[in-house]
Amino acid sequence: MSEYIAHEHDVLIIGAGGAGLRAAIEVSAAGGKVAVISKSLLGKAHTVMAEGGVAAAMGNVDDRDSWRVHFADTMRGGQYLSNWRMAEVHAKEAPARVRELEAWGALFDRTSDGRILQRNFGGHRYPRLAHVGDRTGLEMIRTLQDHGIHLGLDVFMEHTVVTLLKDGERIAGAFGYDRERGRFHLFRAKAVVLATGGIGRAYKITSNSWEYTGDGHSLAYHAGAALMDMEFVQFHPTGMIWPPSVRGILVTEGVRGEGGVLRNRNGERFMFKDIPPLYANQTADTEEEGWRYTQGDKNAKRPPELLTRDHVARCIRHEVREGRGSPHGGVFLDIAWIKERLPNAAEYIKKKLPSMYHQFKQLADIDITQEPMEVGPTTHYMMGGVKVDADSEMSDVAGLFAAGECAAGLHGANRLGGNSLSDLLVFGKRAGEYATAYAKENSLGAVNTDELESAEKWALQPFERKGSDNPYAVQHALQDVMQERVGIVRQEQEMLQALERIRELKAASDRVSVDGNREYNAGWHTALDLHSLLTVSEIVTRAALERKESRGAHFRDDFPAKDEQYGGCNVVVRKGAGGEMHLTREPIPPMRDDLQQIVQEMK
Amino acid sequence: MATATFRIWRGEKGQGKFQDYTSEVSAGMVVLDAVHQIQAEQAGDLAVRWNCKAGKCGSCSAEINRMPKLMCMTRLNTLPLERPVTVEPMKAFPHMRDLVTDVSWNYGLKKRIPKFQPRQPDASDGTWRIAQEDVERVQEFRKCIECFLCQDVCHVLRDHHMHEQFIGPRFLVYAAALEMHPLDVGDRVESLRKDFGIGLCNITKCCTKVCPENITITDNAIVPLKERVVDRFFDPLSNLFRVFSNSKT
Ligand SMILES: Cc1cc2nc3c(=O)[nH]c(=O)nc-3n(C[C@H](O)[C@H](O)[C@H](O)COP(=O)(O)OP(=O)(O)OC[C@H]3O[C@@H](n4cnc5c(N)ncnc54)[C@H](O)[C@@H]3O)c2cc1C
Ligand code: SF4
Ligand code: SF4
Ligand code: FES
Repeated sequence: MSEYIAHEHDVLIIGAGGAGLRAAIEVSAAGGKVAVISKSLLGKAHTVMAEGGVAAAMGNVDDRDSWRVHFADTMRGGQYLSNWRMAEVHAKEAPARVRELEAWGALFDRTSDGRILQRNFGGHRYPRLAHVGDRTGLEMIRTLQDHGIHLGLDVFMEHTVVTLLKDGERIAGAFGYDRERGRFHLFRAKAVVLATGGIGRAYKITSNSWEYTGDGHSLAYHAGAALMDMEFVQFHPTGMIWPPSVRGILVTEGVRGEGGVLRNRNGERFMFKDIPPLYANQTADTEEEGWRYTQGDKNAKRPPELLTRDHVARCIRHEVREGRGSPHGGVFLDIAWIKERLPNAAEYIKKKLPSMYHQFKQLADIDITQEPMEVGPTTHYMMGGVKVDADSEMSDVAGLFAAGECAAGLHGANRLGGNSLSDLLVFGKRAGEYATAYAKENSLGAVNTDELESAEKWALQPFERKGSDNPYAVQHALQDVMQERVGIVRQEQEMLQALERIRELKAASDRVSVDGNREYNAGWHTALDLHSLLTVSEIVTRAALERKESRGAHFRDDFPAKDEQYGGCNVVVRKGAGGEMHLTREPIPPMRDDLQQIVQEMK
Repeated sequence: MATATFRIWRGEKGQGKFQDYTSEVSAGMVVLDAVHQIQAEQAGDLAVRWNCKAGKCGSCSAEINRMPKLMCMTRLNTLPLERPVTVEPMKAFPHMRDLVTDVSWNYGLKKRIPKFQPRQPDASDGTWRIAQEDVERVQEFRKCIECFLCQDVCHVLRDHHMHEQFIGPRFLVYAAALEMHPLDVGDRVESLRKDFGIGLCNITKCCTKVCPENITITDNAIVPLKERVVDRFFDPLSNLFRVFSNSKT
């Protein structure tokens, strides 16, 4: 007989990052009873780490900006695979969502006339990112958290959901455990919102934390929802690479936005060598022009360092492969050089990029105001996720919603920096709103106790097994395969080998055993997370095999060009009736005429 | 490769003991790397909190060689490795397991502090105009990553266990961020004295010394708040002034 603690809510939100908290606030404001669950403590989700800013076309710095330009930039960045309706909604609603944060206490940096200041970022035509130095995510999550706690949310910190529950075709709740004591919990709810973030832990070099094991993706998939665009994993061009223990930690794009440049070992600005046609007429012709752009000259075009992340990451990889890399296998990112242009450069850098200054000083003994940093690509963001309705964020499963990094649609083949924080706000709010509406129209679904029992049994198996497989070792082995075989540059043979290895590791994960008891047992938690990590790794690999072309973040050595056959469709993955992975290419519905016109105008 | 010994507190609910683990150390490693290495190879069930590994989330607080610190920002080359490095949980909160403590008291406190209350918007579109310098004054406080190391080191909480009477430095910083917020019109001065125990702080500055975000907790947050309390409650002139102007000091 299974033992668990039962809870009942109108809406259950899985995830307490920006998307989850924004959704919870919305439910609460509409009078719904809401629970928020998170694997970590409140305020520690990934959102806290975001640095550069939140994109919203407020036009405070350059009044030529508007939702239309933001829309066109997002579509171009996503290589036209984005759900155009989501890109439209996002561009239109982001400014209101950012202003709302200010009304809740967020304090953004200001323009000289006292409005919210906006900065340049890769792929955004005008200065568009509202920011607080380089700790925008902290400001955002703290504002949401502090606003939310006064609204009567039930917060379950350090609780992990292991399975979703359904009543026939609709959602009925979720089942999980608390980390502190290892007790099981049943969360019944009329509607469930997934806001679990990304999958970065599937890779060895990553800017992501232990939490990013793709739980939401895997939960949704196993519950029968469709996932989309899973081949698109964003490798951020600038992660720390030295010393080894900090490998992967993010170096914000803000460094390049403030004038930082990329150089190879010969001191060459190699980004000028390869400028994609889609961006040719938006990119600076000279170094001089690029510098003027970063200093706010409205007539200058942006430097090639601010091209989209996929492109910059590949250029860096190329330099390293050609033997022009830095001593530890990356390239140089130099912001110190601006002292040639600015009288008080060191002070300026410390003020604009305080946490980068701190991070390099403390972790790498490097003073970024004096010397260049060494950087290389790091796994950063998952564009793919749960396929949702653009307006309501509901998935294919009735009553199951998704928002934030775990949902797909807005970013297509490549996300622009700053478009994630705005994504969380815009679609977090909508998910909360529509989940509340769904909860009002539906009663609680029935829960099948057999299902709970088998979930519990499954979760406790690692204690009973006496096998020799160690959960950490399995995780590390998986990270190695994904890094090596399904990374920045992909190829059929390698990915087939990866699938084979994933199959072996799945078998190993069924054998892992853990020591100790159920109280705050990191080994046990790691063992359970393997299930999602392996599920999403397999999905990413299969989707990447399916897309036989190169586009955005997905680059195939064996198909290095774009192929229009694939340009008009998303790869969608569903769980088949027999438990097998079922992939389809689904055509993107034709774009509304007015939106198409915007795209044409802004080409 | 070089090795070092890590003397890690193992146990549950305050019961426990130090256990020694020897681990390889390499260039640039921080204490959290060593703890993870030990977890992966020797002590699979070792309980530890972390998220960002870059000093941004405030999860990995512990006492390293008796000093309250973030494990992810403490480089091994700053520690004497010829002796064992001790790693223990924070002491001002109830112990859960190994390096993990129950910090929920902190989360409960925040709810008690009256929330942000903005003045009427300045512009017809519902937005405000704020000068950068006014923003900067409070941004220092808003850098707080809620690591609770300052709470851990404050003797009022750590040694005197006055968790009922005193909200501790973290929440004085929080109250200061609200009180000095350029848009806020709320008033927390009376609660600071009556409910939050600001008088219990005797300005030892231990909190400021451990803050990984370098927030000048005592001088910039606590002292000005104390002044507000003094002005309000012990200075008859300003009291009178307040009655007439009914404004926030
Ligand atoms: C270093 C860094 C810098 C970044 N900078 C920027 C930037 O400048 N601008 C920008 O727009 N974006 C940036 N991003 C991306 C952006 O921060 C993230 O995409 C975004 O914060 C994700 O938010 P979220 O709400 O979807 O998820 P998160 O904030 O990651 O929250 C996920 C939540 O889900 C919970 N969860 C997960 N699985 C489970 C489970 N099984 N059970 C219960 N709870 C679960 C977690 O505990 C957590 O609370 C950055 C990312 C990183 C890592
Ligand atoms: S200065 Fe005050 S709050 Fe800070 S440690 Fe000392 S007594 Fe505690
Ligand atoms: S004030 Fe400093 S020490 Fe205290 S919780 Fe915040 S960041 Fe940590
Ligand atoms: S892990 Fe985030 S502060 Fe140490």
